[in-house]
Amino acid sequence: MAGKNAPPEINASSMADIAFLLLVFFLVTTTMDTDLGLSRLLPPPLPEDMPKPPEIKQRNIFEVLVNSNDQLLVEGEIMQVAELTEAAKEFIANPNDDVKLPAKILKEVDFFGNVEVSKQVISLQNDNGTSYNMYIQVQNELARAYNELRNELAMEKFGKTYDYFLETKDKDKVKAIRKIYPQRISEAEPKNVGGAQ
Amino acid sequence: MSKFNKNKEKATPQVSTASLPDIVFMLLFFFMVSTVMREVDLKIVMQSPEATEIKKLENKNLVNYIYIGSPLETKIYGTTPRIQLDDAFANVKDVQPYIETKRSEVNEAEIPLLTTSLKVDGDTEMGIVTDVKQELRKAQALKISYSTREKVVKQ
Repeated sequence: MAGKNAPPEINASSMADIAFLLLVFFLVTTTMDTDLGLSRLLPPPLPEDMPKPPEIKQRNIFEVLVNSNDQLLVEGEIMQVAELTEAAKEFIANPNDDVKLPAKILKEVDFFGNVEVSKQVISLQNDNGTSYNMYIQVQNELARAYNELRNELAMEKFGKTYDYFLETKDKDKVKAIRKIYPQRISEAEPKNVGGAQ
Repeated sequence: MSKFNKNKEKATPQVSTASLPDIVFMLLFFFMVSTVMREVDLKIVMQSPEATEIKKLENKNLVNYIYIGSPLETKIYGTTPRIQLDDAFANVKDVQPYIETKRSEVNEAEIPLLTTSLKVDGDTEMGIVTDVKQELRKAQALKISYSTREKVVKQ
């Protein structure tokens, strides 16, 4: 039966074992988690002989302070984290042209024409003893204020959310919306009053 | 010759295992494609905080990681939060050289795209995080990302 032309068959029953071994190896040594996070841009280091920056008017600054007990002081008032987004939104947009809230200047923006853009700056200062959890929550709430405003604006103008333009990479529209609500979060040097080491 | 063999107990048909290797190989390729190699062994406690306004980090090759948190082995290293770069503990001063070595490993065109991901434990105090951020500013590594988990929003 077994002639010269018929080579002996290779036993393939151990193939499954080999494949299982490889599979287990890859299961153990690899991870699947995608990296998610809040993206920020740090300010570049300042040269020592830098002239003093021009003072920003008090009405244009939204002061957020976090102490070492993770308590929040916003514009001189104690506040809960849950209320921060609304307060920040009102400050950034200044819908009723309140004299205590930021001033506005006319700016030309693509798609929108001449728009009044508020000169808002959010100043965030934390203590050395503030917990990282709290810091991220505050950053998150502030980012949410901006995102919600941008979404509302995009909805009003284009009928689609800002997130939609981000996902579809419609750069011109994203740029225009960002120009009207630029994210300006300035972080002051942290204080050390809470007794952290 | 009986056409209908009623003696069924004798002949239980065997399940064919010939396709088993194929199935396992399929699984194997799935895992090979969808996962990445584990980068470091964590030596610190890492319970990242939760946030909603988060973005995915795009290119994993262009991300450097800095881990901050209390050491896992408190008997040896104590409980003060420490910085971990790659597989070892480091000081604040080591951050700048670390970023510079990482920078020299990538293409010149890709240097502006380099992102530093800060993986910080939620219970860490901000002091050490601020120190690291100041070092990153000095190293001109300005693009950072605070690593967080996604918060499930209750509607």
